[in-house]
Amino acid sequence: MEITARGLWTMIHGMGFGALYLLACSGALAELYRLTFPSAASESTPGQVRFVKVYLVAMAFLAWAAVLTGAYVVYPWYRAAPPGMVDLAMYPQHLLMASYATIGWHSLGMEWKEHVAWFAPISITMVAVVFIRYGRELIHHKQLRAAVFGFAAASFLAAGIAGFFGAMIDKAAPVQGGHTIQLSLGAEK
Amino acid sequence: MNAVDPVTSPQVPALTNGPGAAAVLSAGVGSFALAVLALAADNSAPIKSILNFYRPTGLLSGVTTTAILVWLLTWGILEWRWGRRTVALGRIALIAFALLALSFLLTFPPVADLI
Repeated sequence: MEITARGLWTMIHGMGFGALYLLACSGALAELYRLTFPSAASESTPGQVRFVKVYLVAMAFLAWAAVLTGAYVVYPWYRAAPPGMVDLAMYPQHLLMASYATIGWHSLGMEWKEHVAWFAPISITMVAVVFIRYGRELIHHKQLRAAVFGFAAASFLAAGIAGFFGAMIDKAAPVQGGHTIQLSLGAEK
Repeated sequence: MNAVDPVTSPQVPALTNGPGAAAVLSAGVGSFALAVLALAADNSAPIKSILNFYRPTGLLSGVTTTAILVWLLTWGILEWRWGRRTVALGRIALIAFALLALSFLLTFPPVADLI
């Protein structure tokens, strides 16, 4: 069982940071609703509020880590130009663009993903900062908590779009290359 | 000293909504700046060459770095202006959401290609 260095970085970007962020989104929305909407407000301890603050900061870290590794580690390998007539397997963007069946994964999928993904860290950083500042005081600011909740939902949507296209693109034209990392030696059946 | 539970305390906010409004509006402005810069870079050769900050990543490096600077700068200025004030948050939030919705729309390639 082995993986290439580029494949590992793609996995860290997509499954490590991106998928973990998406998993965390529903928890953040539920906690924001539970702690700040009067209709759902329940008893909470300062420890629980502190936990949500740490949770949101961790989400902001994951979102920034996902877009930064995506843009500065994986994307250069994805968009690299092939030197003349070569096997396009090592050049995912050009491999996708070489066929009418797959060109849309780049022209629509990657073109949207590479920009829309950045709305997630911008939004969730704002949500984290506002929650750290206001905490349960948000219960008294109806419009502010609605805006914070809306931006948290928008960050979920942005990360969902980016995650969906990232997974589909990697399925059609995976980023490959670099040195091979041996994960385990296969046993004979 | 006992902590005051905001759920049971009188309905008087201890904090003004200004800092929250600054954060919300600047997030909308930052997202919109990213969408506009991406669109501008696609349609203008001079902007395209200016925004190519890091060659391996291409235009994306300049578009996102500039948008983040616009976002943080806007946040800083609005925080400075509204930090201790109560502002018309309903209208501000509406503008922020309109900017965010436009950002999603303008980065969607079939829409961006029409412009």
